[in-house]
Amino acid sequence: MTTPRLQAEHVRLGYDERIVVDGLTLDVADESVTVIIGPNGCGKSTLLRGMGRLLRPRGGSVLLDGKRIDRLPTKDVAKAVGVLPQTPSAPAGLTVGDLVARGRQPHQHWYRQWSSGDEEAVAHALSVTGMSAYADRAVDELSGGQRQRAWISMTLAQETSLLLLDEPITYLDLAHQVDVLDLVHRLHTERGTTVVMVLHDLNLAARYADTLVAMHDGAVVSRGTPDEVLTEDLLSDVFGLDAKVVSDPVAGTPLVLPISAHLRDEA
Amino acid sequence: MNATLAADRAPTGRRALHRRRARRLLCLVALLLALLLASAASLAYGAHPVPLDAVWQALVAPAGGEDDIIVRSLRVPRTVLGILAGLALGVGGALMQGHTRNPLADPGLLGVNQGAALGVVTAVVVFDVTALGSYIWFGFAGALLAAVLVFVLGTVRGGATPVTLALAGAAVSALLYGLISAIVLTDRQGMETYRFWHVGSIAGRELAVAGQLAPFLIAGFVLALANTPGLNSLALGEDVSTALGRNVRRTRLLGILAITLLVGAAVSACGPIAFVGLLVPHIARALTGPDYRWLVPCAGLLGAVLVLLADVLGRLVAGDTLEVGILLAAVGAPGFIHLVRRRGLSKI
Repeated sequence: MTTPRLQAEHVRLGYDERIVVDGLTLDVADESVTVIIGPNGCGKSTLLRGMGRLLRPRGGSVLLDGKRIDRLPTKDVAKAVGVLPQTPSAPAGLTVGDLVARGRQPHQHWYRQWSSGDEEAVAHALSVTGMSAYADRAVDELSGGQRQRAWISMTLAQETSLLLLDEPITYLDLAHQVDVLDLVHRLHTERGTTVVMVLHDLNLAARYADTLVAMHDGAVVSRGTPDEVLTEDLLSDVFGLDAKVVSDPVAGTPLVLPISAHLRDEA
Repeated sequence: MNATLAADRAPTGRRALHRRRARRLLCLVALLLALLLASAASLAYGAHPVPLDAVWQALVAPAGGEDDIIVRSLRVPRTVLGILAGLALGVGGALMQGHTRNPLADPGLLGVNQGAALGVVTAVVVFDVTALGSYIWFGFAGALLAAVLVFVLGTVRGGATPVTLALAGAAVSALLYGLISAIVLTDRQGMETYRFWHVGSIAGRELAVAGQLAPFLIAGFVLALANTPGLNSLALGEDVSTALGRNVRRTRLLGILAITLLVGAAVSACGPIAFVGLLVPHIARALTGPDYRWLVPCAGLLGAVLVLLADVLGRLVAGDTLEVGILLAAVGAPGFIHLVRRRGLSKI
């Protein structure tokens, strides 16, 4: 088996005095969808930011193609890894077309600002997300779902083979959540893009992930297929959630049914 | 989304992109034209109006007459300095608002204004320098030192952020202001010089002043333009900027250096001309949209036009007793309030 392109090795991550992730090791399987789950504050987003070199490790290392990601030229990393942070914000009046065009920055130089390759990449990124018709609209005037698709478009225009998405479906209604995840799935199946996402919705995570990674207190507690990871014991241990896990009648993946307190009392 | 996908192939974005670019080019050309007209007005109007053909004559083939002397020794330096100061403050203001992502940020935020003021006062009081051409160097050195001090104080672990820089800038400015007050209160000559410098004026300077500061201004403009793609990515947040392959710290440093050179040079020569750096980026943003590659040059041109027009207006309504700084504050403050009330302060 070849070495995976993106790895974390005994990585320690944190902010100021606070260490959030300590000594975590994770191999991201190539050309697959990895979804990180875990309770609030367990370090999911911190890990994703570390793997996307938005946060410099305090110890250990994140490796891209076997080299330490924080020592590679950041522009070269930007051609290989696209990162979409949680709820980014655009300046007032910025159009969708201009936002997506900024995704081409890693491919531009001061002597060559715009090429036909850039133009094609932008047009393609807009059309894949169904945003071509909105190219002329201001990002801050769009609905939440459209705005999220605009940001994903920008990340796609970067044309990277690895994609790290931090809670890409937060604030979206269920139909738009499925839209975004279907798009991610298509990127993975049609282009072989390697995707790492942080998701809160366990049932959607189970449906779209090839690999689930469950985190608790800054450490990986379980890693495997959704069937292997999403068990009643794990939900109780990691989330402190009393739940029943059944087979999803639509997808056959695990479906988490929480047992609410008032139901438990009646039983 | 699948439903929209098939109908979504038309390259609608492309035509819009070209239309937007044409509009921005038109803006740039119109502003250049406006600057040309404002310069002509600045050369022609004043206590002693000179007809435009005589202005032209004075510029290309002077015969040594009264008109020639007025145009060449008074109005040309004043106009050149007005253009340079307006360009510098407009560009500096646009950079400052971009880096702080704060629509109320002013180019003096880094303590540059008070640093230059202390330099000028020190030159007059301590070193007995009274010639403007000499105390400009003190002013410029003061501006640079203040910016370095603010940068050092504002750099906490993890680098200088807009917030820590603004806080350090406010603290250093207050300290310097206290020092300046203490010095000028006890020194009459210092007080007089400070009073006139502080108003903000482009009159009574020799052309050599512009030559003195030109290298720093040119360096500042080049750095500012080089900074614009970085600003475009910083406008999406530090995380997105990093994800797009920008070194955020280097982008910030480049911007601060450009602001310091531009504003330090302009302020030491002309005093802290109020409102240009605050007002102009807002008008430029309304014209070009939030793309800094267009916004920054447009803000510069607009700044130059505004300073020249305010200066000419001051000469016309009050026979040269209203300095450009006073007039800009008088016109700029209501203008800014109107802008904020009508359009709101846009998120940048």
